[in-house]
Order: sequence, then C-alpha cells, then structure tokens
Amino acid sequence: MQTQLGSAVFPRLLRRSLSYIPSILYSLHWLLNLFHFFRFLSNSSPQSQKHKEMASPFLSNTIISFSSSLSSSSSLPRLAPSIPFSAIRSKSTPRRILTVRSKIREIFMPALSSTMTEGKIVSWVKSEGDVLSKGESVVVVESDKADMDVETFYDGILAAIVVGEGETALVGAAIGVLAETEDEIAEAKAKAASKSGASTPSAPPPAPTPAAASTPAPPKSTPAPAAPTVAEGPRKTVATPYAKKLAKQHKVDIESVVGTGPYGRITPEDIEAAAGLSPSKKNVGLAVVVETKPAAPAKAPAASAAPSSLPPPVPGSTVVPFTTMQSAVSKNMVESLSVPTFRVGYPVTTDALDALYEKVKPKGVTMTALLAKAAAMALAQHPVVNSSCKDGKSFTYNSNINIAVAVAINGGLITPVLQDADKLDLYLLSQKWKELVEKARAKQLQPQEYNSGTFTLSNLGMFGVDRFDAILPPGQGAIMAVGASKPTVVADADGFFSVKNKMLVNVTADHRIIYGADLAAFLQTFSKIVENAESLTL
Amino acid sequence: MHSICFQATGVPRSNYIFDSCSPALAISKPINLRFCGLRKEAFGFSGLTHSSSGRVRFSSRGHSKKVSASAESNGSPPKSFDYDLIIIGAGVGGHGAALHAVEKGLKSAIIEGDVVGGTCVNRGCVPSKALLAVSGKMRELQSEHHMKALGLQVSAAGYDRQGVADHANNLASKIRSNLTNSMKALGVDILTGVGTIVGPQKVKYGKVGFPDNIVTAKNIIIATGSVPFVPKGIEVDGKTVITSDHALKLESVPDWIAIVGSGYIGLEFSDVYTALGSEVTFIEALDQLMPGFDPEIGKLAQRVLINPRKIDYHTGVFATKITPAKDGKPVIIELIDAKTKEPKDTLEVDAALIATGRAPFTNGLGLENVNVVTQRGFVPVDERMRVIDTNGNLVPHLYCIGDANGKMMLAHAASAQGISVVEQVTGRDHVLNHLSIPAACFTHPEISMVGLTEPQAREKAQKEGFEVGVAKTSFKANTKALAENEGEGLAKLIYRPDNGEILGVHIFGLHAADLIHEASNAIALGTRIQDIKFAVHAHPTLSEVLDELFKSAKVKAAALSHGPVSEPVAV
Repeated sequence: MQTQLGSAVFPRLLRRSLSYIPSILYSLHWLLNLFHFFRFLSNSSPQSQKHKEMASPFLSNTIISFSSSLSSSSSLPRLAPSIPFSAIRSKSTPRRILTVRSKIREIFMPALSSTMTEGKIVSWVKSEGDVLSKGESVVVVESDKADMDVETFYDGILAAIVVGEGETALVGAAIGVLAETEDEIAEAKAKAASKSGASTPSAPPPAPTPAAASTPAPPKSTPAPAAPTVAEGPRKTVATPYAKKLAKQHKVDIESVVGTGPYGRITPEDIEAAAGLSPSKKNVGLAVVVETKPAAPAKAPAASAAPSSLPPPVPGSTVVPFTTMQSAVSKNMVESLSVPTFRVGYPVTTDALDALYEKVKPKGVTMTALLAKAAAMALAQHPVVNSSCKDGKSFTYNSNINIAVAVAINGGLITPVLQDADKLDLYLLSQKWKELVEKARAKQLQPQEYNSGTFTLSNLGMFGVDRFDAILPPGQGAIMAVGASKPTVVADADGFFSVKNKMLVNVTADHRIIYGADLAAFLQTFSKIVENAESLTL
Repeated sequence: MHSICFQATGVPRSNYIFDSCSPALAISKPINLRFCGLRKEAFGFSGLTHSSSGRVRFSSRGHSKKVSASAESNGSPPKSFDYDLIIIGAGVGGHGAALHAVEKGLKSAIIEGDVVGGTCVNRGCVPSKALLAVSGKMRELQSEHHMKALGLQVSAAGYDRQGVADHANNLASKIRSNLTNSMKALGVDILTGVGTIVGPQKVKYGKVGFPDNIVTAKNIIIATGSVPFVPKGIEVDGKTVITSDHALKLESVPDWIAIVGSGYIGLEFSDVYTALGSEVTFIEALDQLMPGFDPEIGKLAQRVLINPRKIDYHTGVFATKITPAKDGKPVIIELIDAKTKEPKDTLEVDAALIATGRAPFTNGLGLENVNVVTQRGFVPVDERMRVIDTNGNLVPHLYCIGDANGKMMLAHAASAQGISVVEQVTGRDHVLNHLSIPAACFTHPEISMVGLTEPQAREKAQKEGFEVGVAKTSFKANTKALAENEGEGLAKLIYRPDNGEILGVHIFGLHAADLIHEASNAIALGTRIQDIKFAVHAHPTLSEVLDELFKSAKVKAAALSHGPVSEPVAV
C-alpha cells in the first residue's frame, strides 16, 4: 500500500495544490495528514481498531486496458496529426557533417485514422534503392480500418527500410529512410541501422531492473545497473506467441526479459513491463476488464509532466515492476486527474452508531455494512451524488445504488461492490460483504462484482486516521473517505461541555455534476442517518 | 418433403475435411506418407470408442426367423430381402441417403453402433459451430475499435466456460434428436450395433456380448465416416493433449495451446481459443499455413486471422513427440524439420490440440468377405461410389459414401453422395460433380470455396489449352458489409473467358459460407457467367459481392452469342 501512496498520491496532491490556488492550504493540510498516516503505519500503533476491514483511498474499481505507454512514446500519436499526409519528416543532419547540405528524411508511420495507434506494413511498393518521385506510392499500410497507399511528398531514393513487411510500428515511428541523392544513401543507411538497432537501448535495460523504463532512463552518468541478482541457468527462453509479438513491436530484447509466467515463461505482461507499458491484456473472464473511459483530454500532459520532475534513482535502489493490479491502480490514478474534483468534509457524531454496532456485532454485522447502508440510504435521497458524468456533457443517473468498498489485498486494491445497498437489509448486506471479501481474497470476483459501483466508500479509521482525502475513481461521481471515530470534547450552544464520539467523513466529488450544496446536503442527511442509527436496522 | 427441408436447413455444413484427401485441396505428400504408417494407432484408438458405445436396441420387424435361414445360405446372395437398402452408419451421409431412399419408396434401415448423427453432429461441425458462434460474439464485443465505430459502448465482456460448453453440447443433442426423429417419422428402421458385411447383400449387426442379427438388403451403403487422426509419437490424454473430440467439450481454456495442423479444424479452433483468451501456436508440416486454400485467399486469411491475433506458428516441421503435462511439467512438443528430419525445436505449452486431419473408420467392416481391401483405410470406389474389389471389379450392390471413401471429407459431400447412390439404385444414373460441392471454414470472417483454386485452374488450362480469367471484388465496396463495419474481405472468381464457365469461386469475408451457394449452384447446374450476371440481387445485401464478381468477369463476345440471354418478358 505504501508504494501506491508514494507513486500515486504525491504527484497528484502537488499538482492539485498548484492548479487550485484556493485549495492550497486545504491540500497541504491533507498532505500533512498523510504523513501522519505513514507515521501511524510505521509505528503500528492503531488506536481504535473498531473497523474490521482494511481499506485505502486509492481505488481500482475498473482496470482499463491501455495500449499506449505513459512514457515518452505516448507523445508520438499526438505528434502525428500535425504532420500532413506525406508521412515524411525531414531531419537536418547531425552537426558533425554540417558541411554537406544533405537532406535525409525519415518515412514514418502515418496516422490513417483517428483511432489508429499503430499500423502494419502490408507491403513495400518500392524497394531499397528505388528512385521515388513526389506523389508515388511507397508503402501500403494497414491501419485498424483499411489498407492505404502512402505516398511520398518528396523526390529521392528509398535508402533503407526500417520496418519490414508484415511488421508493425507505432504511429510516428520511422519505417524507412529517404535520401535525396545517391551520395547520401550510405549515410541514410547508417541512420536506418541506428534506428532499428539502436532503438533497443532506449528500451529497457536488461533483466534485473525491467521496470526501469517506466521511469525514463536518467542521463547515463551512472554506470551499468547492479549485477544480476539471480544467476540464470542455461535454460531456454520460452515466450508466449503474444509476448513475442509485443517484444518485436516494442523492440524489446526477449532474451533480457525474465519470465514470470507458468514454468518461468515470458508472458505478454512481462514484455509490457519491460517496455514500460501499462498492461493491455484483455483476458476475458479474469479480473482484467475493459471499461469505457471517460473523456480525458488532460491525460497526456499529466503523464508527460510527471516523470520529467522525477529525480534519478538513488544508486543501489531496487525497482520492482507493478503487478497487473498495481498497474491498473496507477493507470486509474493518472486518469482521475482529468476530472475536476473538490472535497467537502463533515463531522459526524457516532455515539448512536457505536451503540448499534455493539448490539449487532454478534449477529455478524460489520462496520463496513453499517457505513455502506448509511451511505446508500443517504444516496437514495440525493440521487445526484449517485450519478456519474460519462461524457462531460450529461448526468448519468444510476438506477441502482451500488456501494463499492475499497479493500487492500495482496499488495493491491480492489473494490468489491455491495449492489443495491439501499434495498438490502443490514444482515443480508453483512453476509453479502463477507462473501465478497472471501471471493476477493480467492481472486474469484466476477467483473460485475468489482466494477459496478456507483459510489465508493473508503475507510482508514481502523488505523486511527482521523481524516484523509480519497481520489475519485474514474466513472463515479463521488467517494467517501471515513476517518476514525474519536472521543471529542464538544461545547454546545449553552456553553456546556460534553464528550461525544466524532468521526470525520470527507467526500470527494466530480464538480461537473455534483456541486458543493449537493454534497453538503448529502452529508447532512448521512450525518442524520448515522446519528439516528436505529433507522439502519429497519 | 418436410424432412428434406429439414435436412437442408437443420444440419449445418461440415467444415471437417482431411486435408490431403479432397480433390479440391492440394494434396500434401508428407502427411500422406506418415499417415500410411500410422493407421494402426489411429484405429486402435477408434475401436475403443466404438465398442464402448451402443445403447438402445431397436428390434426390426420380423427378421428374426430369417436370421437362421440366411445364415445357412451364407456366401450366396439371398433371393428375397429384408430391406431394399441398408446403410451402415447414421451420420449426415447415411441420414441423407436414408431420407432420399424413403422418398424414392425404398424400404430402408440404418445401422449405428454409436450415436445417431455421426462425427458432424456429435463431435464435429455442429458443436464447433456453437463454439464459433460464441467466439464470433466475443470477438465483436472485445473489439473496442469496432464497437466505437458503431457508436456502441460495451464493458467487461466475459464468458462462463461451462455455459459455452453447455451450449455446444445442447446444440449437438438437439440436432441429434432432430435427425433421429426425422428418420423414425419416415419409417427408417434404426438398427443398433456394429454393422459388418458378411457376404453379398448381407449384413450382421449387434452389440458386443449380444447375439448378432443378420439382415439382407438389395443394396448396401457403407457410411462409417472417420475419426481424428493422431500421428505416431503423440500421446493423447484427453486433458492437455487433445483431439477435436475433446476440444469440442471445452473442458478447459488453456492459456497457451499449440494446434498441430493448420487446416480447417485447426483454424476454426484457433478462432475459438483466441477469442476466449488463449494464445495459440500453430505447427504445420507444410511450408505455409492453410494449405489447400487458394493462395491469394490464404494470404489474406493469414493477414486477418493469424497475424493480428495472439498466434505464432512453426511451418515446415513435424511434431514427432508430444508428451502431456504431468509431474509439474508442461506439455512438451518436440519438433523436427519436415525435410531434413533434424531436431529443430522443443515447445513448452499448456495444451496441444491434434488437428492433423481425420482417418477413415473402416476397420471391422468385414470387407474381406466381399474381397475388398482398403487403401490407407479408405474404401476404394468409382465415380458412382460403387465399391471396387481387389481385382479392380465392382462389387455389386455395395456402395461407400462419405469420409470412409475419402473422396471429399465433408458432411454435405457424404449426403450428396448418398443421394446420388439412391438415384442410381432406383434406376436413374447419376454422377455427382464434386467440383460443385462447396466447402467452408467458419472463422471470423468466414472462408468458403467451390471448384478449383487458381493454380489448379491454371494447371488444367495448360493441359486442356484454354485461357483462365480471374475476377475479384472486395467487401469494402459492399454497402451491407460496410454497414456492419466488416469491410475486410475478398471474393475471387476463376473462369473461362472463352465460354463463361465458372471454374472456381473463393470467398473470404463476412458470411462467406452462406454466400458461396450462388456459385456452387451455378457450377452444379452449368450456369454460365453471361447468364447469371443478369440475375437480380436484393440491395443492399452481401450477395451483391457475388453479383459484382460475375459482372466484373470479362467473357468474350463469341461466347455471348450462343449463350442465349433471356430477354426480359413484359407481364
């Protein structure tokens, strides 16, 4: 959990504090609290252990497959549309040979459709050494839609083919080199060789640190990475068909990848990790699920901005690649940046709730069920808080109230969903929750059991966290972060002091659809329900 | 009449074919050679399946007293017969023959030692179509680009393996009971047990451990079909090393499966497995994948069905040894070079599907009693399906249809051959034109073909001295295909420009299997391009792909003059 906190939250909080000046103090406040949280974790001195389940604010209710990487290569697709059909970019030759005014141009994979991220070379119409004149077809490219002839806008000689027939290249990647005169062919060839050959070094360093590529390689001042930790036997490399395909496509040296699959084989995920990509595996029926993405125009700048500010790793540090679940968390966290969120906090008196909990605990009712039930009952009265904004243009009112609850599990996070939490009674809900947690541990949750949430609940109260800030998972309207309930001295209007149990809840919401007054009203209702906890059993 | 309709519509067409045996397909020498030496293993395996089966016992009317009578006169043809026609094997071929026989007024019986329906219905084209229907839908739902282009949003397409398996199984049971009922309703006797020929016009049948019954018939059709062929060195355990028989039960979906053989069966299973999330490695003995398809269609099919999917392949290699997963080891496949026989590679996968074709199931048929010797297991027949004995003479009143004769290992070919035999025994000479029998592979998109491939046509043209014309149309130009956002596809026509004869049609694209019949009917009826091009197709339909195809053919003017084009008649 700590690694996620480290990777996902700090950049986000920093960024928020910059972009929302009015909330700067607020954010810093949360930041401070997070440090407290760490301290709590490290001291392992949880105070009020009344809440049973582990939870955390960083959610992965949907795991979205994503093929373009977050590292530098993701800038390529964006680059492409700005360049017209010619698919050729000229590159002034290196400084060393400035005297020769040669023009060597790269032919690169054009974007043939708006959805195209990579293309396949069906055939080269011209072969190496052919003289091309403007307007001639050079290569046939297969996009996700159709085959298209790509023409040259320049006269010249096709000096070298970088990507051969049947191979694929990302949009914007060089697929061939065009020389203007015969004299430049040799030079162009050298360049092509460096393109195809030298692109491997830009891909990951060898085995022991496969994930180094995900934090772009620092300037090569540090010597070669630490010696391999595990001595590999002379075993033959076994890679699955798709892993081989991916390795070829991303120019990953398959021999340098350590397989993590069954019998030590190299899986597509291993290659993706080695190439610094987020997993795109769409393994049906498993815990990896494709879901519609909310419109996220602001995604790319965020992705490219974050890594550049990272310092080079401290020598001797170890890099552990994300698991599939962790990658999904990471991806969702980055994606969440495209949603304008805000937070509203509310103190809730829990004496009645605590009393009720003591009463129903022997019947198998958990605090999670109580909180989920309370939230669901409040949501029923405030449907807008249960809605979501799918396209930036409309409200999607959900017909069911499905409460997703964040659970930390084996170094990851999953959000089992209590469906129709407003309709089920407390006991059924508790039973359902028990089943879900067992299934989650056994990795047997069905997709609809972790991705159908309409509202998320995250509870760190059991660690003694008094308040925290949750990130809104993409596709939902609001998330509630629940802190610990603590005895608090309260002064009433008449000046009488008393001690009441108070719990701080903090809701993060999508301000495109849920406004401050909505959230405040919702929280007021929630507070009333909790303060009259007996209603939860009805 | 009703039942005839049923047969045409209710029984899906076979896709199963032994690659090296169809005249429409290129013959692959290496496979044949290996096949010869391996017959025993294949049969040993099949015999087991056979003897363990056989269930209900139908007693047929009043033949019991004749049993003794005919047993005495064993060796000479009987004077009176129990039946006009007996068919050994109730697969699609036997069923087609039986139905047509009833229509022709023949008293018929069908002998089945296993379950009615044969390979196609129980372990072949029928259940595989159920799996392919699922894989097609999964593919669509998983294709984000495709869905987005249609404006659809789908999240979390998943499947329940058991549900899919049940669908396939239910479909097979349903078609099986349809088949059984249609025969019973028409008065075809279903005799249960293993049928053996004991002499001319005489067959015995019976379950193991029960006394045999002997029945006589004027004519006998052998329609015993085939079983999956498993080359030597491959150990089938039914769990991790499997044949199509096991794969169709879909008891597991392995992460990584090797498919030995890239013909129809292998290709269809690769479609199913990749759609369900598996990765696939093809092992093909020939130098290219999909041997037997028209090369141009094969190339396009490879671009669409293999390259973009999670599939890799090894061509020009034999799998000499395949060991099932056990003792914590994966399935191990040893490959040797098909030409040099040098060890080439060893693969470690989660499962292996053996799709190296099918072997005829003719063991124990009693062919020696009529002096017939099988060739590589196949029963030798002439063009009228009459069985040929060791001396090259025809065996009177004995016919063999379907996979057992190996002419064209397709369910509908067997049925057509059966109908042809019935026509002959009822006094009308009939020779089936195998070049008019279509074949289809039900991948997504589908592949279908009829007649000659381009190389075959060119070879024939060179021998016979005529010119070959080739016309092509793309699905990209078809409105309906574009509406479905499935513009990937090609239809190819191979024809004689001098007289407008259709030599072959090959289609790769959406619903290709359903589109081929316009061409196969034209070949069967001898319709020429200059005539069929005036036939009208509803717009917008996929059939316009063929309309365009016929219209784009360039038939010489000389042919047009004697091909009488019917003038429009005002009504």
